[in-house]
Amino acid sequence: MSEAIKDQPRVLPYVSAITEAVQQVLKEQDNAFVAGEDVGQAGSVFGYYQGLLAEFGDRRIVDTPISEKGIIGLGVGAAATGCRPILDVMFMDFLGECMDEVANQMAKMRFMFGGGATLPITVLTMAGAGMNLAAQHSQSWEAWLAHLPGVKVVMPSNAYDAKGLIIAAARDDNPVFVVLNKMSLAMPAEVPEHMYEVPIGTSAIVRPGTNFTILAIGRMVHEALAAAKTLEALGVDCEVIDVRSIQPFDSATAVTSIEKTHRALIVHEAVRFGGFGGEIVAQLQEEAFDYLDAPIARVGAPFSPVPYSPALEKVYIPNADNIVAEVKKVLGL
Amino acid sequence: MEDGKIPGALHLYVGQEAVAVGVMAHLSNADQITSTHRGHGHVIAKGGEFSPMFAELYGKATGYCKGKGGSMHISNMALGILGANGIVGGGPPIAMGAAFSNKFRKTKQVSVTFFGDGASNEGSFHEAANMAALYQLPCVFVCENNGFGEYTAQTNHQAVTDVADRAAGYGMPGVVVDGMDVMAVYEAAEAAVERARSGQGPTLLECKTYRYYDHVGVRGMGLTYRTDEEVEAWKARDAIESFEALLIKQGVSTKKKIENVYARVNEEILEGVAFAESSPFPTEEDLLQDVYFVGAAS
Repeated sequence: MSEAIKDQPRVLPYVSAITEAVQQVLKEQDNAFVAGEDVGQAGSVFGYYQGLLAEFGDRRIVDTPISEKGIIGLGVGAAATGCRPILDVMFMDFLGECMDEVANQMAKMRFMFGGGATLPITVLTMAGAGMNLAAQHSQSWEAWLAHLPGVKVVMPSNAYDAKGLIIAAARDDNPVFVVLNKMSLAMPAEVPEHMYEVPIGTSAIVRPGTNFTILAIGRMVHEALAAAKTLEALGVDCEVIDVRSIQPFDSATAVTSIEKTHRALIVHEAVRFGGFGGEIVAQLQEEAFDYLDAPIARVGAPFSPVPYSPALEKVYIPNADNIVAEVKKVLGL
Repeated sequence: MEDGKIPGALHLYVGQEAVAVGVMAHLSNADQITSTHRGHGHVIAKGGEFSPMFAELYGKATGYCKGKGGSMHISNMALGILGANGIVGGGPPIAMGAAFSNKFRKTKQVSVTFFGDGASNEGSFHEAANMAALYQLPCVFVCENNGFGEYTAQTNHQAVTDVADRAAGYGMPGVVVDGMDVMAVYEAAEAAVERARSGQGPTLLECKTYRYYDHVGVRGMGLTYRTDEEVEAWKARDAIESFEALLIKQGVSTKKKIENVYARVNEEILEGVAFAESSPFPTEEDLLQDVYFVGAAS
């Protein structure tokens, strides 16, 4: 089959893009394996490892006990001794169970050893609210991870980026957290069949515009695009940037955009206070102060745990209406 | 340390030597260990050299970790030392992971995790023990029970007397051995390492031992959380002195030969200290190196 035919555009849901990325990585890297809770027999509670146990066997698709310290520790020890583990932390909320292994071992080992250890680890973990899973299965903790020197953190908003960022993470010789979003699993996008990388540390302009920059993280990209559509009718032409990678953060793309638009808003699903948006604001006021005509706005969740009741969760999660309202406030509309 | 040449915190291994020596005698450089905050003895017994070790304690650029780790993080991948660890219970999950890797890569390497009675109360130990037994990994859990978790006596921090009893909960053998008797540790470790190497899974080996100095620093006597009589009683069973007596009694060595060993080791230590003192400190340019791997991805 020629490359041209092989790469006919296909539409895949986010969940299948994850599966294909992991499958291709396992084929490419003999020393890669997947370890985590319900990754094998169950194929993941989110379905993205379906079929991989049958294809690769239980040596490379490893069901673990419900032991997050053990899972991360397994990955750290295995990576330091020649493997390329893909670890699965089923819900991002469960990182609380293994934050020592993440923050004190995985993130620091290379530095503490004076460069002696190399840790090519990929961690897939699921964030996000919207499924009434309540306070301990719905959080977005990416800012917590981004604060740790030694790890990288990416947040794909769509199927194309999910595949490309997982492949880039698996080929990276550093620990990389790929923070997935559970509300996006069924969301389709064009995904080439061949292996490709979305470079870690690069954001993407997903909607060019001229007079307002919206920087959106993870699933909020889609809310930002919806907001941009509404704002277009009001004569505001928004440029929407999918941040994609928060550690490292691509400030250059944001600065270039602000040089053109002179106004910016950051939106993430995480709690607004202390969220990664604050870091972006700080960097942009350092690097683009002279281009700004208004304070940079932020949209994030209120300072509360994620609520269970559909009535409350609906108002908790930031949405296009919140973004539109904030943009209008900045513009005095 | 008291003269300020060694900065930070130092946790001395003195008193527990029989454990590191008795276990490490069965390991090659390819075998891995994870050590503890009290890890100098592990480094030496695993084949570490005094010069880069002391240089690391001094925070010098010539240290095992370029001065970035210090006493609590000393490591050397070529010797299979996957780090001392400043977190009590930090080591067992990492050693379990190395053992997983050994099995995955189909090598005959064994990993050994050293940890204390205090660490046996951390969840990380329990998760690692369960997974090592579940996957039948080539791993040995060596509990150096020195009777204290920092300043809290074992009777005040766990209801069990023998940490080895906990092995039963994970489906692995638990063995108690006199950690002041290097030959007893040697023999018990031989069985545990052989068991791991031959694919029969992990063992929990508890060595009853004692630290002569304080939890941290160089004080040993006149402390409030234990009596001097208790310290003296353990010192009367000193592992090195009793092993010397055994060697002389069995005609394997003589007092003279042993004195020569002391002289040689003292010389090596002094050389190591001199190397450390004359070595340069790392420079500001070194600070941001080694935070990330930078280079062509493999």
